[in-house]
Amino acid sequence: MSIEVRGISKQFGTHAALDGVSILVEPGEFVALLGPSGSGKTSLLRIIAGLEQPDAGSVHFHGEDATARDAKDRKVGFVFQHYALFGRMTVFENVAFGMRVKPRANRPPESEIRRKVEELLHLVQLDWMQDRLPSELSGGQRQRVALARALAVEPRVLLLDEPFGSLDAKVRRELRSWLRRLHDEIHLTSLFVTHDQEEALQMADRVVLLHEGRIEQIGTPDEIRSRPASYFVREFLEIS
Amino acid sequence: MSARPASPFARFALVSSALVLVALILVLPLISVFIEAFRGGVQAWFEAVSHPDAVAALKLTLWVAAIVVPVNVILGVVAGWALGKFEFPGRSLLITLIDLPFAVSPVVAGLLFILLFGRRGWFGPWLGDRGLEVIFAPTGIILATLFVTFPFVARELIPLMQSSGNEEEEAARVLGAGFFQTFFRVTLPNIKWALLYGIILCTARAVGEFGAVSVVSGHIRGQTNTLPLEVEILYNEYRTQAAFSVASLLACVALVALVVKALARKYSNERHRNDEKGVR
Ligand SMILES: Nc1ncnc2c1ncn2[C@@H]1O[C@H](COP(=O)(O)OP(=O)(O)OP(=O)(O)O)[C@@H](O)[C@H]1O
Ligand SMILES: [Mg+2]
Repeated sequence: MSIEVRGISKQFGTHAALDGVSILVEPGEFVALLGPSGSGKTSLLRIIAGLEQPDAGSVHFHGEDATARDAKDRKVGFVFQHYALFGRMTVFENVAFGMRVKPRANRPPESEIRRKVEELLHLVQLDWMQDRLPSELSGGQRQRVALARALAVEPRVLLLDEPFGSLDAKVRRELRSWLRRLHDEIHLTSLFVTHDQEEALQMADRVVLLHEGRIEQIGTPDEIRSRPASYFVREFLEIS
Repeated sequence: MSARPASPFARFALVSSALVLVALILVLPLISVFIEAFRGGVQAWFEAVSHPDAVAALKLTLWVAAIVVPVNVILGVVAGWALGKFEFPGRSLLITLIDLPFAVSPVVAGLLFILLFGRRGWFGPWLGDRGLEVIFAPTGIILATLFVTFPFVARELIPLMQSSGNEEEEAARVLGAGFFQTFFRVTLPNIKWALLYGIILCTARAVGEFGAVSVVSGHIRGQTNTLPLEVEILYNEYRTQAAFSVASLLACVALVALVVKALARKYSNERHRNDEKGVR
């Protein structure tokens, strides 16, 4: 399933957080949204998820206009920068949440929910932690629970906001290659935010470079490395 | 004064004088209520509290609380949600306004309702023509109590809902939860102890409110007399023992409220500590 944004603009007060941003993420692609702090990465992700309305432009999934659709009906998986796990629910209940809130008609039976949650926790290598509270997990473990929770509703696309932002370098590297492998297994169209250029160039199929609400360059890591489109790109990527 | 570490003696003196003050100002009066109530024995106490006027006052008080508390819980949660989770122009003004019932004297609040709904008030004649009495009737008592107790729930919730932010709610929405599912599964569990705390304070005040209710009630015995008003009337009639007996009922409400309040505080604090340890 493709993700497409066309001419997205978003104003906060007098400040333009996004200014005419258009991106097409092909089905199954793994795209990094790279840019310095305040460049509008989170804002764009929130608009795609429906948590924020754009002032102009539209959001399309699989070519279908979803701009007017409510966040709860968009079927996107969203992994928040600070995990946003449900603090009062166990790991199991966190992952099961998306299935439990489905309308009765297509809510899976309890046995099915259990099977699915266990499968997902196995996928993120946390099966032995189902009964813990989020506060009893390490940062990297929370991150993986957040991912399992997002995947539990079988989203059509996956949005990740600095998924490794608050982790130390070693865990970061591990999770990075783990996430990339996971993506290669399940081929879920993914857009992930980072302000770490190394991370973006290493993991992504293509990189979108955002600067002050505008796109500086879109391209594969190789293209960007060998043909930076502007002085900013060169500077930001520290290409000599 | 600077914050020099106090000497052991100074600390002892401070702590013990604080304790003595608390005992004198808070505990002693409470104990004296019960001593006076049972001065004539259990029999006399029972006669006083089972007197038809006292029973009618108790019933009215419970009725008022049973209406006021749920209404204020709903209003308080809505206000707490709107003010705690969203930014909009006029927000801080609204937060200030929520405290208005605390800032004005209850008597003034009562007079305000007379001004609105009294015989010569703004809406009184119109309502009177339709056979609706507000002043000197239970309706007025309920309205006045609603006004006076409104801030309790909202004030507890606003800071909490503000500090817990919107993240969990947004996560729930993206996962497909509707408005009510989000509220009952995510928001409510996070605020339940503070909510309980607010409910307790609201209930205690609704049961014990004197000033505002006194103005709008009309003191009709057996009809518009709440427990606090009944106590006052009895006392003014020099029926001290009966007055204290009825007052002992109010004191019991206060004691129960205190215990539940302490528990709620404890649990909500624990929750806060857990939050700081992690989760976000
Ligand atoms: N709710 C909001 N109200 C006002 N301004 C906002 C709001 N959200 C974002 N902004 C502003 O929009 C701009 C883009 O913010 P955004 O959060 O999208 O940046 P970001 O690229 O995700 O940055 P970071 O890497 O620091 O997370 C910033 O200047 C920010 O101050
Ligand atoms: Mg961000």
